Amino acid sequence: MTNEFVIAGFGGQGVLFMGKVLAYTGLVSDKQVSWLPSYGPEMRGGTANCHVIISDDAVASPLIINPTTLFAMNFPSLQKFENNVVSGGTIVIDSTLIDKNEITRDDVKVVAIPAAKWAEELNAVKLANMILLGAYAKESKAVDIDTLLKGLEKSMPKNKPELFELNKKAVMRGYNM
Amino acid sequence: MSEKVLMKGNEALAEAAIRSGCKMFFGYPITPQTELAAYMAKKMPKIDGVFLQAESEVAAINMVYGAASAGKRVMTSSSSPGVSLKQEGISYIAGSDLPCVIVNIVRGGPGLGGIQPAQSDYFQAVKGGGHGDYNLIVLAPSSIQEIVDIVHDAFDIADKYRMPVMIMGDGMLGQMMEPISFPDADEVKIPEKPYATNGTQLKRKKNIVNSLYIEPSELEKMVFERYERYKKVEENEVRVEEYKLDDAEYVIAAYGTIARVAKTAIEKLRADGVKVGLIRPITLWPFPKASFENVAGKVKGILTVEMSMGQMVEDVRLSVNGKCPVDFYGRTGGMIPTPDEICAALLKMKEGK
Repeated sequence: MTNEFVIAGFGGQGVLFMGKVLAYTGLVSDKQVSWLPSYGPEMRGGTANCHVIISDDAVASPLIINPTTLFAMNFPSLQKFENNVVSGGTIVIDSTLIDKNEITRDDVKVVAIPAAKWAEELNAVKLANMILLGAYAKESKAVDIDTLLKGLEKSMPKNKPELFELNKKAVMRGYNM
Repeated sequence: MSEKVLMKGNEALAEAAIRSGCKMFFGYPITPQTELAAYMAKKMPKIDGVFLQAESEVAAINMVYGAASAGKRVMTSSSSPGVSLKQEGISYIAGSDLPCVIVNIVRGGPGLGGIQPAQSDYFQAVKGGGHGDYNLIVLAPSSIQEIVDIVHDAFDIADKYRMPVMIMGDGMLGQMMEPISFPDADEVKIPEKPYATNGTQLKRKKNIVNSLYIEPSELEKMVFERYERYKKVEENEVRVEEYKLDDAEYVIAAYGTIARVAKTAIEKLRADGVKVGLIRPITLWPFPKASFENVAGKVKGILTVEMSMGQMVEDVRLSVNGKCPVDFYGRTGGMIPTPDEICAALLKMKEGK
């Protein structure tokens, strides 16, 4: 079993961190994982993406051509990657920023959550990424919520427990829809 | 082994170097290896080591020359354009028979090129790079755990043969994270260095580190002696991964990052009934000639895949010496061959097109 995630959005939306949480989620469940960021000019503003593979077997190429799951945090990212998603795969979007009707594929599962809006309501505008991860855990069954939270904990600096609590709250907001 | 953590290749390499007794690091920032220097800047002061950001790559490699002369475990790192600048110093270090570790996280070239992963510095790394008769030992890991394991050996081998060792990665390996664990910290054993210019304490004759031999017969003798050591390196230090060669009718030759992509291609080809194996050189110098010699008479062809216009393919051809066809597929400038492209190139070879 291999899950291949492409996570894409604007720089600053936390796509690299989302990937790190997913990778640690794989690691704490004894899977093989890889995390590959884009490190080009996009790091300096513009779009960013990262590739995360979680697999039962050793990860061969860390570069993903056809993701099983796409997290699109903005419209350009949806346009860029939508057609690469495998048939039967999942596309997770922030419906505050992307109109769900823009998705042209009818052979994939769509999870559309107004994550940016909910994040604002939580007074944590930067945590739309965690809300999407929570929603994904609820909808996909590929990642179980307890493992996801363990992965989240591993991804955070140990000396800042309050940060973990805040991120956990956002994950649970997404999970409980 | 320590608990598994996710670490970027660049950071893992730096941590592994520190754990291997590297006390001195001299460098100059360049994408995509900057995290390595940044990690050293953070950690070296805490272990009583030296991190110094030099005014240029030329200065950095000469500081390495100095530290190696004084018998310290020392490292520098850069990416392609920066490594070009270091070549003069590397030649001097080789000519003075000093150990050090040089990291090249290769990016697209020539010139300033780009910042995406490439393997187009192969010739520079294994065929000299600087002037004069010399070799570097060149190690090319393909995963972050392999980086960790190889760094430790790199320092030991450098000391053992008194040679500069290059670790050659690429932007992808430097930037990606994978789970790694570090070997349990047993005490690092750094061999005696009787040649070191670390003060006589009035107890011995002074040591002189030098690469100038104005008398040709004397210089030739030095080079001959050095090549005797190189012969031992070729006998003892070859490293290679041979993957699914037993029933292979075709072989892909690839190293570093692209060997991983090749493995995905091999699974796809095998699923379609095409029996393909992989030879992955881990030491680019000394080159694993024997692995290629062994398959040359048995397989129908070898496809070399690189992120370059075709550099290692020359060593593959030299090794098989005409005993089987050798084809090449490559992308360059920061482009990475996909598994499908590799499959197509192999099938094209198979169909004799």
